[in-house]
Amino acid sequence: MAEAEYRGLGVSPGIGFAPVYRLADGAPEPPADAVPHGDASAESARALDALERVASWLEGLGERTGGEAGDILLAQALMARDPGLADEVRRRAAEGMAAARAVYEAFMKYRALLDRAGTYLAARVADLDDVRDRVLADLYGVRRPTPPAGGGPYVLIARDLAPADTAALDRDLVAAFVTEEGGPTGHTAIIARLLGIPAVVACPGATSIPPGTAVLVDGSTGAVTPAPAPERVGEALRSAGTRAAALVAARGPGTTADGYPVPLLANIGSPEELALALDHGAEGVGLFRTEFLFLDRADPPSEDEQIAAYRPVLRAFPHGRVVVRVLDAGADKPLAFLPGGRQDNPALGERGLRLLRRHPQVLQTQLKALRRAAEGTLARLDVMAPMVTDAADAAWFAARCRAAGLASAGAVVEVPAAALRARDLAPHLDFVSVGTNDLAQYTFAADRGLGALAGFQDPWHPALLDLVAMTVAAGKPCGVCGEAAADPALACVLVGLGVSSLSLGSSALPLVRAALARHTQQQCAVAALRARAAPTAGSAREAACAELPGLARLGL
Amino acid sequence: MAERKVTVVSEVGLHARPAANFVRAAAKAEIPVTVGRVGEDVVSAKSILAVLGIDVRQGDEIVITADGEGAEDLLDELAAIASTP
Repeated sequence: MAEAEYRGLGVSPGIGFAPVYRLADGAPEPPADAVPHGDASAESARALDALERVASWLEGLGERTGGEAGDILLAQALMARDPGLADEVRRRAAEGMAAARAVYEAFMKYRALLDRAGTYLAARVADLDDVRDRVLADLYGVRRPTPPAGGGPYVLIARDLAPADTAALDRDLVAAFVTEEGGPTGHTAIIARLLGIPAVVACPGATSIPPGTAVLVDGSTGAVTPAPAPERVGEALRSAGTRAAALVAARGPGTTADGYPVPLLANIGSPEELALALDHGAEGVGLFRTEFLFLDRADPPSEDEQIAAYRPVLRAFPHGRVVVRVLDAGADKPLAFLPGGRQDNPALGERGLRLLRRHPQVLQTQLKALRRAAEGTLARLDVMAPMVTDAADAAWFAARCRAAGLASAGAVVEVPAAALRARDLAPHLDFVSVGTNDLAQYTFAADRGLGALAGFQDPWHPALLDLVAMTVAAGKPCGVCGEAAADPALACVLVGLGVSSLSLGSSALPLVRAALARHTQQQCAVAALRARAAPTAGSAREAACAELPGLARLGL
Repeated sequence: MAERKVTVVSEVGLHARPAANFVRAAAKAEIPVTVGRVGEDVVSAKSILAVLGIDVRQGDEIVITADGEGAEDLLDELAAIASTP
């Protein structure tokens, strides 16, 4: 007999079914009359040591995590190292208070201070409480429990989750998150969506479900069902699972069925997206857009600021490639420090490399920051320029890269002229990457934002495939970094055309990996031939898919 | 005693990342550094909890003071952080 259902807010879709792991709440309050272990200076030292241990743990975790969650952890490390807090602890220890009590009271003093500032600081109060509980746990000689790393999957249930809780988890083992507190924009919701883990928040009573109980969590509806009827589990899991099973089987580096390697890289727009890329098995980054650093500000970012943004990405792939695209600004997103004239037709205007050629100082700072960011990392840094049009552009950009001490310079091929005469660009470059989205826009003279012309954005169009083939024929390593690479069938065709790596949005990586693994290089080549022989996008797709029998087994 | 008056322009005020950058830069210095809204009590700029506690919002004018060797350079750095959008 199934127990009653609990209801909360579904904030990250998907089905999770596993036994409950209950993450303990914060550390208990140390009694006011707790007896010190040693003399005042020993108690003080014990407390300060615990603060420092927690600070360095948070700092290390913050640096590994990166992004917004990493910022929170680094700020928490600063809290643990706060000189004012340390003074309060010392003062109390000197009065004969036990270390734990001194820590507790010092934290509570600052908690009251932040609490006064109102809702604006509510999240910081929670962060401070979390630091306090970790320091107390350290003093009690217990670690704040972290779910077992070796066992099977579990549904993590807690009153609420702190950033440090989620950052320290073995993410593969979490079937779902359920919290009693939190909201749709809270930390748990954000992390869960980022990791693709089903989550229900604001679910009253969830912490009363006994640990070990098997629960079914529906991250869409917000239903949490302890001990559900087996039919119900089967039904829920089947709908979510057919595809997932195929995807889980496809692990490791991208390769065709006959072992021809095709590195599968991620497109990212900020270091925040790293976690998702890593989770989906990206072997590197094939398109790191750097606009996030430059938008919405009066001055360009300093070299040091840029280094700090690039380094986590380079560090994340010790043996992989990281392909960085230098600033792609244009008339549609004007930057105060990169003035260009008013342009009636921004897509055809002074954008990308064209703008950087007018403002070489901005490019020079970015290239230097990239070179310095790569120092001391093992990643292979490739730098490419957007909107490269002809050999002169390619030569100019490559010369700037060499002057900045960068080993590998490339071009995004998105202007048809660059594809048509890729052989003229190639001698100056180390690699190229076809940006299929803009290449389609320019090839079909069709605004990519215009719904009425969406048909021309179909990357299956043989005209586009021809341009990819011409780019490949120039003889340099040629990747594809547009939406085309995220279509599993088209990914096979691109490999058949001779493309050497694919870069796509992280969430599509598993499906593309699975599609490639089911076809030989020869099958891909035949599919590419058939597609190019077809007159329309639709018939190209049909002809190619007829040569790719493995797609059907993926439910495609 | 050197000081700088700056208007905080960051959308989040002197909280989140701006606050952390500010405190980290102040804490590097050997000399005392304070910060506060103009005309109000000042706190140590090296204490993240104190800086968060004075709850500086976007548009607030703050005064940063430092005394000792390197004060001018340090204040320039801190003023730049506080006036970064």
